[in-house]
Amino acid sequence: MPREAGLMTNQMITAQGLTKTFRSKGQTVEAVRSLDLAVGEGELVAFLGPNGAGKSTTLRMLTTLLPPTSGDAVVAGCDVRRDPAGVRRRIGYVGQGSSGGHTQRVRDELHAQGAFYGLGRRETRTRAAELIESLELGQVANRTVQSLSGGQKRRLDIALGLIHRPELLFLDEPSTGLDPHSRANLWQHIVELRRATGTTIFLTTHYLDEADRLAERVMVMDHGSVIADDTAWALKESLAGDRVTLTFESATDASAAAARLGGEIDGADGASARVVTVTAPGGDRALPRYIRELADAGIDVAAATHRQPTLDDVFLALTGRSLRDEAAHAAPIGEASEPVAA
Amino acid sequence: MTTTAPAASAGTTAGTRPTGFVRDTAAVFVRESKPLVRDPFSVMFSLVQPLVFLGLFGPLLIGAAGGDVAGTLQWFVPGILVMVALFGTASTGANLLFEMQTGSHERTLVAPLSRSALLVGRALKEVVPLVIQGTIVVVVAVPFGFAVDVAGLAVGLVILAVFGIGFGALSYTLALSCRNRDWMFWMVHQTLLFPLMILSGMLLPLDDGPDWMKVAAAVNPLSYLVGAERALLAGDFGDPAVVGGAIAAIVTCAIGVVVGVRAMRRAS
Ligand SMILES: Nc1ncnc2c1ncn2[C@@H]1O[C@H](COP(=O)(O)OP(=O)(O)O)[C@@H](O)[C@H]1O
Ligand SMILES: [Mg+2]
Repeated sequence: MPREAGLMTNQMITAQGLTKTFRSKGQTVEAVRSLDLAVGEGELVAFLGPNGAGKSTTLRMLTTLLPPTSGDAVVAGCDVRRDPAGVRRRIGYVGQGSSGGHTQRVRDELHAQGAFYGLGRRETRTRAAELIESLELGQVANRTVQSLSGGQKRRLDIALGLIHRPELLFLDEPSTGLDPHSRANLWQHIVELRRATGTTIFLTTHYLDEADRLAERVMVMDHGSVIADDTAWALKESLAGDRVTLTFESATDASAAAARLGGEIDGADGASARVVTVTAPGGDRALPRYIRELADAGIDVAAATHRQPTLDDVFLALTGRSLRDEAAHAAPIGEASEPVAA
Repeated sequence: MTTTAPAASAGTTAGTRPTGFVRDTAAVFVRESKPLVRDPFSVMFSLVQPLVFLGLFGPLLIGAAGGDVAGTLQWFVPGILVMVALFGTASTGANLLFEMQTGSHERTLVAPLSRSALLVGRALKEVVPLVIQGTIVVVVAVPFGFAVDVAGLAVGLVILAVFGIGFGALSYTLALSCRNRDWMFWMVHQTLLFPLMILSGMLLPLDDGPDWMKVAAAVNPLSYLVGAERALLAGDFGDPAVVGGAIAAIVTCAIGVVVGVRAMRRAS
């Protein structure tokens, strides 16, 4: 749905066959493989994928930090190869690491950023004051960046990315490394920014809930390719279906029920051998039917639950791996930022 | 798939004007100077070592010269000034190294700044602490009998500043090529610093050293700087060493900036 909608409106990002291959120490890494992208004006897109999927590399090509190995991209109306300066003037970029200089004061850094984007002195000051206010940095405006908490640093990063009112904002893992409270706070700021300005936002994340909560459109990336692209709702609906979990008194009942309903037994032994999970579109309506059908066959259901699928179920269905497990191995912020490649 | 984005050329970016090299350089220079403005005492950081040399080496040299305080200081203080320029600017790349490892440098690469400005603005910033530090050294030495020619000091500081821009640029170049390998930066830094210092004759005269040392000193730009500073601080503007020092500073500056700008261009 959003893909078609994208074609109707102005394109903010388009890419064809975007590819990046790294060669280091005799090894080749195909970080991004022939990626096609179309993001319309005003969209909020989440690029979801495990660590090493190629999310940052994609962002860095779109933001002119890395030259593509092959393929083309037009960002905010400018070609990333032919007019990188044009792209840079129009976009905001919040990278994976902390972008304030550690010995700089928060307000000074915002003023410097304004000058970098060619804003006049007066405009820079007004804009910095606005951002300090809206991103709740007032308390720390005269402190050095190194003294800030993770959440405060991240809000400064976003303020820095917004100083010139870009029409398109790239956010690379905005909430990685933050505690739950700071994450919720950050999300609120992103949603509010979107509501107030209509800025197009393209963010990467390996957090399922982040993609689910924030984005209208989710692109799932794995091993350098986009393997799904739709609304979170449609992805869950089409790929996974609802999850109906039935618990039985015995493993024998469970295996009989699994065979009958086309479900899967959760585990080989113990309590999980008595649990069957069935994937069914419209699980809330399927549940009473299953119970009736099993009762007719003389099998008693001890307990039953039904839940909506998560994006993790989607990822599992697409790749056979759980994103939740992969995210647990995610590198902390800072360490994950690779050197700028030649 | 057509790409039309009229919003890109109007509207939200109306406040963004195209930027030129000079303005970009000024913006980078102002940013880099801010921590010093906010915390002026931070200039003392790289001044500690030269002052230690002055305080601990000075008395020994005076003793060796049979107690000739004024004569020894006249010879020794200009060398300490060059040491200030060397120590202050050699480690400046460490800041960039750190900013490359966080995300600060990356942010400046995404900003619409000229690549040359990113390097030149940083290198120009070296001038400010260097001039302050040089002045402090001279002020400290005067009560002990160091006689300074003020005009000579001014010209001497200009020459040091030109050298400092170049040497700072080289330090940034080293940082850009070491990327996330801190150890490599510090290894090269430590390996070069003391040989450059000793083979310039700033601490001990090289007149009695072996020939290979004299050859090494002849290709060390710092030797010429030390010679020039000794002449200038004594008010001897006619000494050919002054021209030699000025040329050494200009050559260092030119090489540093050219090499540094190339490294910065490659970084994006
Ligand atoms: N500069 C680089 N040199 C070599 N390999 C790199 C470089 N940057 C990224 N890679 C590799 O490319 C792949 C994708 O990395 P990245 O885009 O950072 O993934 P993500 O952001 O999704 O975690 C990884 O295998 C990573 O190791
Ligand atoms: Mg990444």
